[in-house]
Amino acid sequence: MNAKKTNRIATGVIYFLVGVVILLLVGILGNILISGIPHLSWHFLSSASSSFEAGGGIRDQLFNSLYLLLLTLIISLPIALGAAIYLAEYAPDNWFTQLIRTTIEILSSLPSIVVGLFGYLLFVVQFGFGFSILAGALALTFFNLPTLTSNIEEAIKGVPQTQREAGWALGLSNWKTIHGIVLPAALPGIITGVILSAGRVFGEAAALIYTTGQSGSTVDYSNWNMFSPTSFLNIMRPAETLAVHIWKVNTEGIIPDVNVVSAATSALLVIVVIIFNFGARALGNWIYKRLTAAKIK
Amino acid sequence: MENWQNQKSYIKTFAEDECAISTNNLSVFYGGTVQKLFDVSLGFKKNTITALIGASGSGKSTFLRSLNRMNDRVARVDGSIMFHNLDVNQSKINVYELRKAIGMVFQKPNPFPKSIRENITYALKANGQQNKKKLDQIVEESLRAAALWDEVKDKLDQSALALSGGQQQRLCIARAIALKPEILLLDEPASALDPVSTAKLEDTLKQLRKKYTMVMVTHNMQQASRISEYTAFFHLGHALEYDTTTNIFTNPQGEITEKYIQGSFG
Repeated sequence: MNAKKTNRIATGVIYFLVGVVILLLVGILGNILISGIPHLSWHFLSSASSSFEAGGGIRDQLFNSLYLLLLTLIISLPIALGAAIYLAEYAPDNWFTQLIRTTIEILSSLPSIVVGLFGYLLFVVQFGFGFSILAGALALTFFNLPTLTSNIEEAIKGVPQTQREAGWALGLSNWKTIHGIVLPAALPGIITGVILSAGRVFGEAAALIYTTGQSGSTVDYSNWNMFSPTSFLNIMRPAETLAVHIWKVNTEGIIPDVNVVSAATSALLVIVVIIFNFGARALGNWIYKRLTAAKIK
Repeated sequence: MENWQNQKSYIKTFAEDECAISTNNLSVFYGGTVQKLFDVSLGFKKNTITALIGASGSGKSTFLRSLNRMNDRVARVDGSIMFHNLDVNQSKINVYELRKAIGMVFQKPNPFPKSIRENITYALKANGQQNKKKLDQIVEESLRAAALWDEVKDKLDQSALALSGGQQQRLCIARAIALKPEILLLDEPASALDPVSTAKLEDTLKQLRKKYTMVMVTHNMQQASRISEYTAFFHLGHALEYDTTTNIFTNPQGEITEKYIQGSFG
């Protein structure tokens, strides 16, 4: 066979495989969106879910998902940032660093149901938090930390070494170089990493079933006192999220419109994650432009 | 590679008070055992440009980067570096202060992804200079000294990344001299530039000679002969010959120097 022919066959096979991937994606996304979007209405978004009648909404689940995500990021971002800076800038290349990296890899491949059960035993039972947003946020932190750390580490490592040398050569200390030059340059990448991992956290169900619980509590959106049991801001209340809601109405729900509710909720979940993804790109670009007045190449 | 051991080294020496910086038996080891530089003793005369030439891997960049202790984290450097009658190759020396006095410009232009103004003011601010007027003044002075002012004075708050390679490199020079160093180390500063930008850069360096002592690594021998007063020839980690640029290029003492100048290896 001559080179030209081989090349044409190889190209053809590659195009075919890409086509399969795209077809699968479009198929799944299209199915979810087409079957879900018609049922998305203001009423659906703004009313509480119902446990046995048709016509319930997902107001609380939507809020819980976002609130839980916020809390998770507040806990995991500082830790991941610190760990990533250490790994990218300070860690010597030795067995200890290798051990840390291996641990992170193992942690990131931990099945989320295992993380959930671990969170249940440690936070819910041992620490006595009960089914609560806090227990869920801590479990999600375990789930999120490895990915977030490696995302941020990659972003920091992507800053060329010449930038660090420029800082050192100007008499800047290592830390000053890192936080004044390297981190701003890595910021778009860091933000992309954070938001992409947020998408994963947002759609997580298994790790939450045993930590935030499956029952919605009575929530009062006018009660701003975090410590009041009915406040929407209370972090010690149980809270069902969108993904858990989908799982629940399908496994033990008795509402008659289960198909409608789960289709609409799935569509909403996917839409929010898509917004996260595009938002990550746009925000990263915008910040980079603000910082540098130049476009990412 | 040529056998250097047959060649004696011919090293010009200066009186100590003539030198801005000098080294005594400087040796550099990578990974504890691999020696890259062997007992280099060179003095650099004040307000001159000295070119360091030699084939790739001859140790000239390693030597240059030792002078402002940029090799600290990657290699062990033995010997002494005398700067103002002080051996600055000691662990108790504050390298951050040292690097403000000994600026460095790199092979590839590396402006920060910030505005032109911030590129210059960032290190100044980090050192505690907050006075806006004073900062503006230093920005203008440095850019004028680097012959960049006229080209960028209307866009100081635009990104430095939008400048051409040659402009970026002159910005890096401006950034270094904003700290008012005594010495500028230049590591092949023109190797990534086109001929026009290179000519401009060389003009800038010639102007700067009045105020700074410059040590420049270069692969370009025409460049060395155009702008430097003194030239040191490095070979396999040894400084083999050091003399006026004219002597090195027209009347080299050593056989290997002569071969390198003629371009028979490198």
